[in-house]
Amino acid sequence: MNEAFADQVVLLGRRSVVRTVRQPANVVFPLVFPLLILAVNAGGLDAATRLPGFPTDSFVAFALAIPFIQGALFATMNAGTDLARDIQTGFLNRLSLTPMRGVALLTGQLGGVVTLGLVQAVVYLAVGLAVGVRLESGPLGALVLLAFALVVSLGFGALGAFAALRTGSGEAVQGLFPVFFVFLFISSMNMPRNLIEIDWFRVAATVNPVSYLIECVRSLIITGWDAEALALGFGIAGAITIVAVALAAVSLRTRLTRS
Amino acid sequence: MRALAVAEGVAWRTLHNVFTNPSLFIPSLLFPLFFFVAFAGGLSRVEEVPGFDFPSGYTAFQFVFVLLQSAAFGGVFTGFGIARDFESGFARRLLLAAPNRTGIVAGYAVAALVRWLVTAAILTAVALIAGMQVGGDGVDLFGLYVLALVVNLAAILWASGVAMRLRTMQAGPVMQMPVFLVLFFAPVYVPLSLLEGWIHALAAVNPVTRVLEAGRGLLDGSPTDVGPAFAVTIGLALVLSVWALRGLRSAERAG
Repeated sequence: MNEAFADQVVLLGRRSVVRTVRQPANVVFPLVFPLLILAVNAGGLDAATRLPGFPTDSFVAFALAIPFIQGALFATMNAGTDLARDIQTGFLNRLSLTPMRGVALLTGQLGGVVTLGLVQAVVYLAVGLAVGVRLESGPLGALVLLAFALVVSLGFGALGAFAALRTGSGEAVQGLFPVFFVFLFISSMNMPRNLIEIDWFRVAATVNPVSYLIECVRSLIITGWDAEALALGFGIAGAITIVAVALAAVSLRTRLTRS
Repeated sequence: MRALAVAEGVAWRTLHNVFTNPSLFIPSLLFPLFFFVAFAGGLSRVEEVPGFDFPSGYTAFQFVFVLLQSAAFGGVFTGFGIARDFESGFARRLLLAAPNRTGIVAGYAVAALVRWLVTAAILTAVALIAGMQVGGDGVDLFGLYVLALVVNLAAILWASGVAMRLRTMQAGPVMQMPVFLVLFFAPVYVPLSLLEGWIHALAAVNPVTRVLEAGRGLLDGSPTDVGPAFAVTIGLALVLSVWALRGLRSAERAG
């Protein structure tokens, strides 16, 4: 039974990865666009490092955290859209007639998202190192960063899966994009929270969980080992993951019952 | 006269589709507002960077960029609609029915303009509520909005040229990405003099830099390089009108 379950997970995970890889737009865009934004922001905002109290003299190092979160966001949209397409085309209905277990579908789908998230994280890290960023936390920090990227991909992927299973519509999943976009922009992505001058923006960035995800990655790059930033980042990413996976599992059960 | 009637029909239909379908109108309205809030709100401290000199303040500095960006993307979003019309088969029927096909391009351009005017009005209202200081007088502000209007025209001509050549929604990134790049490789966050390295080299030769700086000068009440900025945008619009009309011919040939 366990072997059969593992087979199901591997098959569905491989299908998830292969399907994404076969759509170049779904691979290239999440990889290239965050790097493009990084290049634009790093070039345009480099002067901001001259502000008193700015934590580093390299804006590339400061902004390198953003692609990790932005890339996960794009991957979430793609994964959710693919799952929604499975529902719309009737693939899920046909799958429910087989001995496949629902949890294998979810695990396989999320396995594919995590694999791609990890590939993205490695690319972002490699680009950062190639343009001269040095991780203050050293090689072990790079491993922690990749582990964090994995958790974030899993959490965001589960959110995308939840949206897809709940609505069964690719358009609805895509409609989440602006919501995530707001969370990303109203955060500490471009400025440390203590240097944000506008009060309401600083408060919004402080209560925005995405700020802590970005600051967790950023701490490994520009600070070194910051236990508070790591605890907050992993804690929030973990909480998002647990809640999203639980919601996705419940929605899957409902969806399979309907099927 | 026939071109005018076609343009009117196409513009009315496009605007009706946009304003009665929130999923089409709201993103083109919300994105400039997000950018404005994120840039003007989150980065306001940047005006304290040594060498930053813009008397009207950072909110006004960013407003001009977001206004021009909304003008450009208003054109691009209308281009998405043209691609959608080709995918659904409507554009093919339109090509058969229109007695003067140049009016089709003109109609889409008018629709893009009206759509952007609504966005610009809301964006301006939000900026004023947020406390934006305006240094320019009525003539300066008129100049700023006319400049943005020409940017909108250039963008819709670019997008319609792409949409009529490729005739698929998958052409979206082809319409969007060059506009995005040319806008963001300008001095978005700080004046040109504060940029360094490769981004300075790129921004110095990017024609949008001149447009952006002229727009900021107009809002601030200290116009600079307004003539060259208008020359660049009008020249671009003229070149892109040829691009759009040749795209129309390409669509005609494809049947």
